[in-house]
Amino acid sequence: MKDMMIRGADIVVRSLIAEQAEVIFGYPGGAIMPVYDALYDYHDQVKHVLTRHEQGAIHAAQGYARVSGKVGVCIATSGPGATNLITGLADAQIDSTPLVCITGQVAAHLLGTDAFQETDVVGISMPATKWNIQVRRVEDIAPAIAKGFFIARSGRPGPVLIDITKNAQTDFGEFNYVPCLGFRSFKTYVAVEKTKIQQAAELINKAERPYLLFGQGVVLGKAEAELKFFLEKTGIPAASTLLGSGALPQDHPNYVGKLGMHGNYAPNMLTNQCDVLIAVGMRFDDRVTGDLKRYAKQAKVIHLELDPAEVNKNVKVEVAVMGDCRESLSLLNEAVEGKKHDSWMGRFRELEQQEKAEVVQHDITPTKMGLTMGEVIHQVNQYKADDAVLVTDVGQHQMIAWRYFNYKRPRTQVTSGGLGTMGFALPAALGAQLHDYSRQVICVVGDGGIQMTIQELGTIMQTKAPVKIVLLNNNYLGMVRQWQQMFFDKRYSFTELDNPDFVKIAEAYNIKSQKVSDRVDLKEAIEDMFIHDGPFFLEVVVEKEDNVFPMIATGCSVEEVRLS
Amino acid sequence: MKRYTIFVITENFIGILNRITIIFTRRGINIDALTASESRIPGIHRITIEVTANEDTVIQLVNQIEKIIDVIKAFYHEDEGVVYQEIALYKIPVSRLDAGLEKIIRQHNAKIIAAEPEFVVLELTGHKEQTQELLEILKGYGLSEFARSGRVAVAKRMLTIESFIK
Ligand SMILES: Cc1ncc(C[n+]2csc(CCOP(=O)(O)OP(=O)(O)O)c2C)c(N)n1
Ligand SMILES: [Mg+2]
Repeated sequence: MKDMMIRGADIVVRSLIAEQAEVIFGYPGGAIMPVYDALYDYHDQVKHVLTRHEQGAIHAAQGYARVSGKVGVCIATSGPGATNLITGLADAQIDSTPLVCITGQVAAHLLGTDAFQETDVVGISMPATKWNIQVRRVEDIAPAIAKGFFIARSGRPGPVLIDITKNAQTDFGEFNYVPCLGFRSFKTYVAVEKTKIQQAAELINKAERPYLLFGQGVVLGKAEAELKFFLEKTGIPAASTLLGSGALPQDHPNYVGKLGMHGNYAPNMLTNQCDVLIAVGMRFDDRVTGDLKRYAKQAKVIHLELDPAEVNKNVKVEVAVMGDCRESLSLLNEAVEGKKHDSWMGRFRELEQQEKAEVVQHDITPTKMGLTMGEVIHQVNQYKADDAVLVTDVGQHQMIAWRYFNYKRPRTQVTSGGLGTMGFALPAALGAQLHDYSRQVICVVGDGGIQMTIQELGTIMQTKAPVKIVLLNNNYLGMVRQWQQMFFDKRYSFTELDNPDFVKIAEAYNIKSQKVSDRVDLKEAIEDMFIHDGPFFLEVVVEKEDNVFPMIATGCSVEEVRLS
Repeated sequence: MKRYTIFVITENFIGILNRITIIFTRRGINIDALTASESRIPGIHRITIEVTANEDTVIQLVNQIEKIIDVIKAFYHEDEGVVYQEIALYKIPVSRLDAGLEKIIRQHNAKIIAAEPEFVVLELTGHKEQTQELLEILKGYGLSEFARSGRVAVAKRMLTIESFIK
């Protein structure tokens, strides 16, 4: 029998292969060494990417998961390796990103003894995971991994952490992988209730000023086509959240723009004028709603949502259509009447013109001396492919890139939405690129955020991932500086940065790079970046004290959205 | 604000109690009392949580608890919807045991469940109001220790665990 037995570490790797993991992002260390030893044998079946920090590994896995729709996988050692994953776990949890993270742990007999590099990662990661487990016996490894993948990808996706003690990795056991298809405490989502569809359709058919908001749920539920059909049939204007962007092409006639603090003028303003508000796969985040007491009070709200805990959480709804939004939208598509809402749509277009005149013009065709972030993104649009992925970090550049990037396809938007994690972009872009080397991946990042995970340039160098990095350098923690300007009397407390020569850094990593400070050089530099076969680092020095508008200040209502 | 009983039917999974209580901690909500034990089905545990809050908050709590992967079902009731009891133990010096105290014990339906050379232990099962009332009286009899359990409760609604696990 003994020869049928394999090491726990081999079971880990073979389980990952059984789950069709293609790329694993990770970083080795004592407690996970047996698994690394096993990876050596399976390198032709699964690719491992050595990042330069565990935070880089998990963000890369997130980027990979977000563009592919598959479960991202990362591996770290115990103690500091495991704690370095926490930010990524919290990020994946709030943004519903499916991940399986495997951490090594000290041998079972040492648990609780403050052994070298022992940390209670199951305890620490509990609020930041959809599920986690510690495995102490070799026979429990494969079932835990099977359950982990099932949980990560099923229902509302999320991160799973599996902590495996070293003895379980080195002991021998039988390997017989049985994929998990469910278990008794797993809440399967009920089929959409027909009566709810009828109630929703009735409201929609009678509405004079209906308005639809869509979020990442549409992407996660693969309901893009159903959404498009719904909008075209009903003539309803639709706006996207940050993570919903891309679910509907930017130039779709029903698309009216973006929601929230730095979204567009019309979509925010008119939220308080619609009579029926249809929310699809979005969770009414406070960055979207502003002051809840003054949010869409006049409207009857219909919520299409998978997660029961999201319904009535922030906004009280008239009709909750629980279940998969692909199913509910396609049922709704049969129940709603074909309509047009031209004059209502016209209101959006009017306000859009106002935003164009007062904000967009300045952002895209500036007359001032310094370059603006907006014109950089605008130039990127001229060269990018339709399915190019935009990965952004957190700050002004994130909001500007979101505002101006020309989204054409689903799963082209990768950013840290709910957590707002600076340092996310560079590793996430790497992960997105490793899913598909042939796809354009554009990483737009600030001078502050890039320095939080700049070490991942090393991983880009080693993997030759042809990421196009656009650093928008304003020499400030720009978003914080903007708040200081607007709400703290311009007291720029610790937001100005003395930056290194970024181009030299990129060159040290053997990444082709260029710095642009003059408007005349921008176009060509961007063209060169896209033509170049391989990774490219483009630093654009932008106006130091430019601000992002429109803006809904904290505590304000959506209709108090400011243009300046 | 009102008193609610939250029932959690869950797999007996390591750390499950932690996962449940951090939902309260994160929202700054105090748990008034909590009891946990195996249900009549081996492997499935029942956790009963008493909380004072408004109903909206309780609904959110229950939704979040039910989202925990290993939780099978969570639901809540107001006091009127449940039959519940708490058990209280009172330690009194033997020297204070006299006819007066024995009368009080009878009146409150308490009983002496242990008699040691130095002290006796009284037990009373009931609602908090009742056990509290006796507590106040016994403070005048040299009460040296008092312990009260969380609520053990069953819902009046007819639902079985089997209906949740199918
Ligand atoms: C890890 C982390 N720390 C702090 C913040 C708070 N924060 C939000 S935006 C921002 C400034 C970002 O500066 P930069 O990366 O240069 O981007 P910019 O706003 O200038 O475009 C900061 C500090 C954060 N979101 N994440
Ligand atoms: Mg900056």
